[in-house]
Amino acid sequence: MTSPIMRDQTGFVVELEKFSGPLDLLLHLIREDEVDITDLPIAKIADQFLSVINDLGLNEAADYLEMAARLLRIKAQMLLPRRMGDDEWEDPRAELVRRLLEYQQIRELVDWLGRAQDARAERFGRGYEAPPADAPPAPLQIDLNDLLAAAERVISLIPDPMPHRVVPRPLDVEGATARINALLAEHETFGWKEAVGPQATLVDVLSTFIALLELAKRSSLTLSQTEPFGPMVIQRATPREAA
Amino acid sequence: MQPLAKLLEAALFAASRPLTLEELASLDPDVAESAIRAALDEIRTTYDGHHGVELVEIAEGWQFLTRREYAETIERAQFALRPRRLSPAALETLAIIAYRQPVGRLEVDEIRGVDSGAVMDKLVERGLIEVVTRGEGLGRPLLYGTTPSFLEILGLKDLEDLPRLEELSVALRRPTPVDEPE
Repeated sequence: MTSPIMRDQTGFVVELEKFSGPLDLLLHLIREDEVDITDLPIAKIADQFLSVINDLGLNEAADYLEMAARLLRIKAQMLLPRRMGDDEWEDPRAELVRRLLEYQQIRELVDWLGRAQDARAERFGRGYEAPPADAPPAPLQIDLNDLLAAAERVISLIPDPMPHRVVPRPLDVEGATARINALLAEHETFGWKEAVGPQATLVDVLSTFIALLELAKRSSLTLSQTEPFGPMVIQRATPREAA
Repeated sequence: MQPLAKLLEAALFAASRPLTLEELASLDPDVAESAIRAALDEIRTTYDGHHGVELVEIAEGWQFLTRREYAETIERAQFALRPRRLSPAALETLAIIAYRQPVGRLEVDEIRGVDSGAVMDKLVERGLIEVVTRGEGLGRPLLYGTTPSFLEILGLKDLEDLPRLEELSVALRRPTPVDEPE
């Protein structure tokens, strides 16, 4: 048996065109083996499919890979033991078989459409011209006034600068609370700078501040300042106070 | 030929595309559609077997086309060229859209088992399919249908000219349940 599938050094783009997709390749294998579609020897077909896409370098094409994975899954499902006379058992091949039959029907329509296309191509209408392969666009005919008028129209369409809409980031009080609790576990006292962390944004500052106030309220810590506007000192509350 | 038949003959000769019944009727608003049809029949009979061109019913209209037997000679002389054939992928996509229209891209992808976006874009560009409506459901997907150009390049009168699915040798049917796997 000589396979029409040939290895080609030019890469898989050419080969991809030989098969219009994984279903096409599958149908080709099924026809070659002359097996019954409705009773697919799935293990054999899966192995052939894998070896062909490997030979063709198609194993980088996602559609083919997906089909390969599907085939292997069906193959595995077929191997699972099941009770005799189990009515609940659903043939794992059923969906694939349905798609193959549907696709086979499409292929038959493609043959029909191809013949219709060929028959139509043998009759010429009046003034028919084959679409030019790559006709250059007609040269622009325009004078300076047209150009200026067009530019003006475009400029008038530019809207006035829109004010930037600021979407507030929600405060992350939970995150700040967790961070402060972690610091409390390690240090008895620490400063505002440690609490807020490096490179704090406005949102971080607000979140941290609210978290500190909340923790102070719950008596998890005490806040103090040695002088007005002086640095804030955060101190772990003693167990007695926390209780 | 009747005067009306001559008028239609002239119009059809001048046009480079099929003319629909409505278009032909617009030539003379006083004439009934039945008279137009009769005149078209008259032209067809006149040309039938006596001329190198014939009146063909195509794409929901009528057009003068050369007879098939002259295609090769005309083409060899390069007076006219056959249009390029559509690729199998394009025909596959067209077949699905023709039978399932209006149909979305996802369904086409699913039936073909490959991404069909690029093929469908090309078919839209060539005017063979077009967006006809939007579907229900998530994102209201664009649904596509075939155009008169689709009928024209295939030489079809209308969509009824396509083979019925029951006529295909491979009828779409439910797979018969299998008792025992291999």
